[in-house]
Order: sequence, then C-alpha cells, then structure tokens
Amino acid sequence: MVETLLQGVLLGSLYALFALGLSLMFGVMRLTNVAHGDLVVLGAFAAIAIATVLPWHPLAIGAALLVPGFGFGYALQRYLLNGTLGKDPLPSMVVTFGLSIVIQNALLQLFSADPRSLDAGALGIDSVQIGAGIALGTLPLLILIISLACTAALQLLFDRTALGRAFRAVSDDREIAELMGLDASKIYALATAIACALITLAGVLQGMRTTVSPSDGPLLLLFAFEAVIIGGMGSFWGTFVGALILGVVQQIGFHFDPGWGIWFGHLVFLAVLVVRPRGLFPRTH
Amino acid sequence: MNTILSLRPEHSAAIPPSVSIGAPANPAARHMAWVATGGAIALAASLPWWGESSWMREFVEIACYLIFAMMWNLLAGYGGMVSIGQQAFFGIGGYAMLALGNLAGVNPFIAVPLGAIAAGVIAVPVSWVAFRLQGGYFAIGTWVIAEVFRLSFANLSVVGGGSGTSLTALRGISKATREGITYWTALACVVASIALVYLFLRSKRGLALLAIRDSEVAAESQGIDVRGMKLAVYVVAAIGAALAGALYFLGNLRISPDAAFSVNWTAFAIFMVVIGGIGRIEGPIVGAIMFWTLNKLFSDYGTWYLLGLGLMAIIVTIFFKQGLWGWAQQRYGWTLFPTQRRLGK
Amino acid sequence: MSAVLVQTHGLVARYGDAQALFGIDFELHAGELVAIIGANGAGKSTFLKALTGLVGVPRQTVRYADENIGGLRPGEIVRRGLTMVPEGRRLFPSLSVEENLLMGGFAQRPGPWSLVRLYALFPILKDKRRLPATQLSGGQQQMVAIGRALMSNPQVLLCDEISLGLAPIVIKEIYDAMPAITAEGMSVVIVEQDVSVAQRVSQRLYCFQEGRVALAGDSKALTREQISAAYFGD
Repeated sequence: MVETLLQGVLLGSLYALFALGLSLMFGVMRLTNVAHGDLVVLGAFAAIAIATVLPWHPLAIGAALLVPGFGFGYALQRYLLNGTLGKDPLPSMVVTFGLSIVIQNALLQLFSADPRSLDAGALGIDSVQIGAGIALGTLPLLILIISLACTAALQLLFDRTALGRAFRAVSDDREIAELMGLDASKIYALATAIACALITLAGVLQGMRTTVSPSDGPLLLLFAFEAVIIGGMGSFWGTFVGALILGVVQQIGFHFDPGWGIWFGHLVFLAVLVVRPRGLFPRTH
Repeated sequence: MNTILSLRPEHSAAIPPSVSIGAPANPAARHMAWVATGGAIALAASLPWWGESSWMREFVEIACYLIFAMMWNLLAGYGGMVSIGQQAFFGIGGYAMLALGNLAGVNPFIAVPLGAIAAGVIAVPVSWVAFRLQGGYFAIGTWVIAEVFRLSFANLSVVGGGSGTSLTALRGISKATREGITYWTALACVVASIALVYLFLRSKRGLALLAIRDSEVAAESQGIDVRGMKLAVYVVAAIGAALAGALYFLGNLRISPDAAFSVNWTAFAIFMVVIGGIGRIEGPIVGAIMFWTLNKLFSDYGTWYLLGLGLMAIIVTIFFKQGLWGWAQQRYGWTLFPTQRRLGK
Repeated sequence: MSAVLVQTHGLVARYGDAQALFGIDFELHAGELVAIIGANGAGKSTFLKALTGLVGVPRQTVRYADENIGGLRPGEIVRRGLTMVPEGRRLFPSLSVEENLLMGGFAQRPGPWSLVRLYALFPILKDKRRLPATQLSGGQQQMVAIGRALMSNPQVLLCDEISLGLAPIVIKEIYDAMPAITAEGMSVVIVEQDVSVAQRVSQRLYCFQEGRVALAGDSKALTREQISAAYFGD
C-alpha cells in the first residue's frame, strides 16, 4: 500500500506540471485553454522530432525547448488568444477547441497515430531503493523535484515579484490595472508564455516517462483540470497538492484494476466538487 | 429592427430596417410561410414512398446532428452555459433506448422519446454537480462527467461493456419498414425539436432567458428565478441531446461507449453552431446543412479535413463573431425565424 | 491666474449606449483645486473617465499640458502625469496595502512621492501595510486609493467621490491631508457629493446637470440659491 501511495505521489507530481500552466492562465486572465493538453503533447513531439536529428539527451532537448516554448506561448496569447478574451467565455473556448483539433490532426499527419517516446537512457531505467524493498524510479523522482521547484518558483513569482503583482492586479481589475500604466495584453502574453514553458517541460518529461500519441491531449487536460479543482483555486501549492491527490487516487484505482485508475480519479474529482466546491486549499480573498 | 437576441449593441445598429425572407412581419405573408412549411413537412413525410432508402438513412443522420446542435445552441447561446459534455446525455439517450428495447421489451420507436425523458431525469442530479462550476471550468467539468458516464457504461456487461452491443429488438421487422419508420421518427423529432425551441424562445420564459444571459444579477433583481431557469434549460437541452442519441442508435443499430459518449459530438455541434451563428435559432440548421455538405465533400481527406474544420472554427470565431449565417443576416438582413419581439412598431 | 493645465472644449461622451456629456467646457489651472458637483447621473464620473482615458473621446476634445490627449489609453495618460482615484476606490483585493501602493508606481514617473512619504502622510497605512487591502475600513481604503494614485507622481490628480460612504469625521481627516498633497503644486479636481465640503476645499467649482455645465465660478462667491438652482435644474 505504501508503494502505491508513493507511486501515486510521483505520478501526481507530473500532473502538477500539467496543472500549473492551466492554473496560471485561468488565474491571470480567466482563459480556459481547451488545447492545454494538446500543447503538452505538442511539446513532447517537438522533442521527439528534435531527437531524431540531434543525439542529445531528452533533458537537454527539453531545456533547449524552454525558450521556444516561452516564445510560442507569448505569440499565441498576443496574436490569437487576446482577441478572444472578454465577458463571454465562448470565443476563447471555441478558438482553443479549434486549436486542439488542429494540433491533434497536424500531429497525426506528421507522426501517425503510433505512440512514441523519448529515450531517457539510464535515467529512465535506474531506480533508488527506499527502505523495505521499495524501489522508486530515478526519473519519476527527478520529475518530483522539478515539479516542486516549479511550483515554488511560480508561487514566489506571484507573491514576491513586481510581475507577480502585475499578474494579480490585472486579474483583479483589468481596467484599473491599465489605469496604473499596465499593458494588459502584454501581461497576458507573458502569463501564457510562462505557462507554455512549463507545458513544454511537462511534455518532454511525459515523453520520457511514458509514451505519447497525438490524441493524448484531451485526457491530459482533464487531469490538469481535476488537479486544479481538487487543490482549490488561487494557489499554486494548492494545485500541486491537488495533483498529488489525483495521482494517488488514480494509482489506487490502477492497483485494483488497470481500467479503473482514471475512473477513480474522475469520481474523486466529482466528490470534491460536491462536498468542497472551492477545492481543498482555496486561497481566499 | 430591434434585436433582443444580440448581445453586442453594434448588431442592432447595423441590421437594415425591414428586409427579411422566410417569415416576414405582416400576417398574411406569415400565414403563407406556415402553409409552405406544412407543405414541406408533408412532402418530406411522403419520402419513403418515392425516395431511395439511402436518402432516408442520410436524413436520419443529419437529423441527429441537427437536433444535437440545436440543443447545444440552446444551452450555450441562450442559456449561457457552454458545455463540452452534452455527449453524456447523447449516450444516455442511446443506451436508455437500447436497454428499454433489448431488455424491457419496449418498442424501440417508443423507446426513443422515453430514453430522452430518462436523460432529462438524470440531468437533474447531474446539474447539482455541474452547477458548482462556472464559465470555462463548467465546460470542462461537464466533459469529465461525460467521461465518467463513458467509463461507467464500459463496465456494464449487461449492455456489452467496452465493446458495446446491438439493438436486437428490431429484428423481425422488414428492412424497408424499419427504415421508413425510423425516418418518420427522425422527421417527427426534428420538427418537434425546432418547434419546441422556437416556441420556448418566443414565450415569456424565453425572454427571461435572454435577460439572464445578458446579466444574471440584473435578472435576479427583477425577480427572475435564475437558478430555476438555468436548470430548466439544462434539462431541456439534455432531453434534446438524448433524443438525438436515441435516434442515432436506432438508425445505427449498434452502440458502444466510445461512439455514444464521444466528445466529437460536441465538437461537431460547436462547428455547426459557430458556422451558423450562436444564439440564433436558424444557426444550427444552416450550420448542420453546411457541415453535412463539407462532410460529404471532404471527409475522405481524414485528418486534413478535421484540421480544416478546426482552422475554420478559429477563423470564424475571430472574424465572423456572429457566425457565417449571422454575418449574412447582418449584411443582407435575412431572417428565417424571427424570435425577437418588436418593441413599439 | 496660473497656466491652464487641463482644458476641455465642448466635450461630448457616451457611456454605454447613452450619451452622458453634451458639451463640457472646463478648465483647470496649475496649482488649483477645482470641485465638480451635481446630482447622480449628471455625468461627473463620466467626465473624469474621459479625462483619464477610461471613456473614449475624440482626440482634440481634451487638452492637457498643451497636448491633445482625448481617447489615449489610460496608461499613456498616467505616464504624462494625469491620474485618477477611481470611484468606489477599486483596490486590488488580491494585493496587500503596500502592494496596492506599489502598483500605483508601476508607471515609474519621477517625483517626490514614495512609500515612505505616503506612510508619513497616512501613518495608519504603515501599520496595516501587509494586510489585504480590502480588509481595511472604508476610510483607510480611501487613503490607500489616494496613496496609490499619488505613487504615480501626478501633476494632476482627479478624485472621484472620495467621500462616498464615509463618516464625516473620516471625510474631514482625508481632506485635511489635501494641503500636504497639493503643497508642491499638484493640481486637483474633486468630484464631490457633499456641496459644503466641495465649497470649502476648492477655489472654483463647476456644477453639472444632466451632462452639461449648469454653473461655474469661485467657490466662495457662489450662493446657495445659485448652486441649488444649478444642481436641480430649476
């Protein structure tokens, strides 16, 4: 049972990386990005494509992709998504839905439907002994550390920096924030840029840890979303913990039956939604 | 022309005063329009005697798309609730019809509306969960709920589990008869759905709905039961979606969880409504026809076709905010179903 | 009379679907404190919003420091030194008192105002600087709102109904701080519900009535009858 819990935590830490970007984008500009999971998959396939021509380790490829991912997110928000923001949530949803379809089918066209993965070499095979005959993989542990670091960094960015102040201010009251001289469209673009850098990282790690195929996106979106809701909105640490909980619940489900893991996760999500609609650790204002 | 339907003030200024086709303002012409519609329906109803069976099958399929899109439009465009999970009720309708037919010995044609009602009943507890969320998160939350249904039905061996099962209750009826009655059922469902939505939106409830859509707070202060209205719309949309689902699998004769609860249904509904124009009653009709045409012409291109659809959804949303039909309406003043009340003159 | 700093000539503006201003002629001289009074819906707030870019108007209808600024984005106007304390305060709930004040300095205009100086002006804010801004009392929130505007080191400060919802003693406390604010020559426009306060603190006042200027003149010279007539439009 302990092993299941630990594996769940490791699984959840990857979900946390998926969820942080979603939480950030929704927190700053109330944008629901239906293509979120597909962007993760896109990041993975970008790394896979690069891996076919450059003999680098996937982690190096991932690091190299962070800047392009950042730039991609900036452009995406600035030139496409900013135009869809407003009181009506529909335009942003339809546009990102369309984007989701475009990405999935473009990837299908380029890579076919076969699942692919990134060869992490020794990192993907090695494991660490944790007492009582439990071995945890080094890659999942590394993911946990990266995930913790990203959550801490993001929370710090929001709480302690001028940019974080700007994010919170524009999310509270865009009009008055602009009255202070803030350019909302640029701030939004920065938020998505950071989110996409995280997404790229998450995609590369996902590709290392397991296989990816072009149609994986929607399910990853649902995991990210469930993590955010379970954890509670308004706090990145909350999202992190929500993701861990989801991971653990799924792992418990997998333990009983391979087909039940994701189902369990959905059910727990719904239960949290009914019992504690604001999530388990919401940040109140 | 006063447009209460339009959310954005620039619409009402741009629509030219009184050019409309289809159902114009003066009573005599409107009477003519109703007669014409009745004639069209009668003609359509006679199809089994002079048309090809493939036409009937196509009609049944397009009817399903149309009804599902109309109900999605009712929920999103009028109810203000954008859902990516309506396929939950589509699937419930299909499975309810099949279960009633296969397991309870009910005539499948009768099981279609019964299945729809069953979905309406289920929609109530579902709403208790779904309404915890708003806006974009509501949309994704409904998707999760649909997934729960999909995975749950995949575990029910009595209806075939993950690989699904066939509708056996129609064995013993001749193919021609089955196709004919299926076609009529579809026709009846389409007419009923359009009539239902049209009458609903013209009623006082419909106006209350538009008030809620424009501003929930203001509507609440006017004494409108916002929560009740939203629930009503959600249930009606569920019934409609289930009707489409029951009808689809009546025609298809085979159901599986992946087909019944596929998010593609909602994707198609979004395309149809976005092309046709959201919040306009004829939007889904126009959108369904266009979507159907596109399907016929391009679906052989597989991923390229879908990619094109996705791009089209993006472009239409950004550049043609009222949908292509809505744009044409504004530009040329066409209306098919005037649901706006005229204030004053 | 010192130089004209802000000027509008025949300013018209819409607010939503309706026309709110029907031709406002207005002047603000350097170093002045001008008050705008009028009934609800007279267009006072819309006027301030037009000055500060929150409501769009044609370019040449608002002049500030010899430049036409009508319709510019609020950020651009703040950078030029014209800023507003908005109606209803509109503090950022997710930010603490100090963070709200720091946001005011986002445009980074040079000038004498800083956190230190603000805390000297409103000492209570220093004690509460780490609290979420919306946890403060109404009067204290108003101080934060004013401080936030001051952080942009404006040349012209617009105050939209800063006494709204506050007890008289708190209103007095806030207006008592005005001399310290205007000491270095800042010009101020206040929109005030309370006519006696407006007359007391300002040099000149305008009375708006249904989107038009019904009365304008020296605050101390105007009589109650004149103001009443202009206010209610008899």
